[in-house]
Amino acid sequence: MKRYSFLELAKNAFSAHQNWGRQWRSPEPKAEYDVVIVGAGGHGLATAYYLAKQHGIRNVAVIEKGWLGGGNTGRNTTIVRSNYLWEESAALYNHAIGLWQGLSQDLNYNVMYSSRGVMMLAHTVHDVQVAQRHIHANRLAGVQNEWLTPEQAREYCPPLNISKNIRYPVMGAALQRVGGTARHDAVAWGYARGADDLGVDIIQNCAVTGIKRGQDGAVEGVETSKGFIKAKKIGVVAAGHTSTVMDMAGVRMPLESYPLQALVSEPVKPAFPCVVMSNTIHAYISQSDKGELVIGAGTDQFISYSQTGGIHITNHTIDAICELFPHFRRMRMLRNWGGIVDVTPDRSPILSKTPVPGLYVNCGWGTGGFKATPGSGHVFAHTIAKDEPHRINAPFTIDRFRTGRLIDEAAAAAVAH
Amino acid sequence: MLLVYCPYCDVERAETEFSCRGQAHISRPSDPSQTSDEDWVNYLYMRANTKGVYAERWRHIHGCGRFFNAVRDTVSDKFLKFYKAGEPMPDLEALAKEAGK
Repeated sequence: MKRYSFLELAKNAFSAHQNWGRQWRSPEPKAEYDVVIVGAGGHGLATAYYLAKQHGIRNVAVIEKGWLGGGNTGRNTTIVRSNYLWEESAALYNHAIGLWQGLSQDLNYNVMYSSRGVMMLAHTVHDVQVAQRHIHANRLAGVQNEWLTPEQAREYCPPLNISKNIRYPVMGAALQRVGGTARHDAVAWGYARGADDLGVDIIQNCAVTGIKRGQDGAVEGVETSKGFIKAKKIGVVAAGHTSTVMDMAGVRMPLESYPLQALVSEPVKPAFPCVVMSNTIHAYISQSDKGELVIGAGTDQFISYSQTGGIHITNHTIDAICELFPHFRRMRMLRNWGGIVDVTPDRSPILSKTPVPGLYVNCGWGTGGFKATPGSGHVFAHTIAKDEPHRINAPFTIDRFRTGRLIDEAAAAAVAH
Repeated sequence: MLLVYCPYCDVERAETEFSCRGQAHISRPSDPSQTSDEDWVNYLYMRANTKGVYAERWRHIHGCGRFFNAVRDTVSDKFLKFYKAGEPMPDLEALAKEAGK
């Protein structure tokens, strides 16, 4: 792999940046792999990368129906944070935060992780109580999170309207300073380049159409649009299409897939210093390095695979943004889009072995999987390599829905469900 | 935004007048003490989450308040049929064929 460096940049400047070369190969699938990962989004590519790097399993293919990073990895609002309520979640998301901090160096790829702070607003007495409970729980779990008064919140984010005369006045905020944003595409590309360099085959435009199981029930391989590929182990990381893929192996999933929308404005000069989220009135906003305001809206109320959502959902979010940040009222929105998110009953992900030997699943990230990308790939690679979960993802089994040991983050997610 | 037809009020209204309540025709185990853990899991948590033609419950919350069922294609979001609660599940494959899927 050609390492990226200041020297390379200078050298390539002389040839007008025309000779950088491809970042990864586009190989034809081999007949057999040790591990096949279904889905080349951030989580799938990270899994392949850590399988190769940390566990020495390099005979790996990542199979993708479309193009890599073209699903929810390329559609999310790029927010990184770890202030979840329960210890299990705090451990998982904090593991990711640890990896985010050194990720650009590790991958030799600038993922533009910017810990600009994530501020979650409280608008009601109940919000204040819940936010403070979160802060205390976080402090006990070693997760950084602090309480701000409305005045302190405005000091941290000057565009914020803390007038008492708005429909949902700001009564305070929880701030996680280590939270922030990262460049979503760069995360997928960086992991793809890193994995490819270690020998992983990334096979795009290749849909998985079936999962073959042997006499003993264990997986034998995947049927794809490019023919049958033998595999000793299969990891399904298919986000909104997980139910569909797992159905091929005869495994029912506790998932429902909803369209989640986001939108961006025209690019403007730096005007917004952090990430602001509001659970109660359902809005989140940050500014990309390109200058666009990146705004996240909610999910539709019905399951759908359409990758679009109702315009009233977007309107609802824009209403909230206009009230909280009045000086954005004349901004024009450029684009909006939807992604299909797979939601579990307890709003926590599933990183787990399955009843089928050799079949593993990483799904259920719902409306907030991007932030966990490095941690998710890291512990899922461990689960596949060792055939047993990492200490951190051990609680996130499918079996928890039978035992009743749910990890109820419904109230802890950034948006009201 | 979808247009939803309420079979009780006999009107078509905007989606915001309704609430979608998930997969239809899931019945609660009739004898809870005799029901296995697996059956409870299936009843409480497992959902078909079909990519394609799907039967789901809707409730006319800002109208008559009653539950009814609808068949919808989850890829195009087009409704194929509305019917009252208690009526049997229609043949989804036949509906899909009729709609040209």
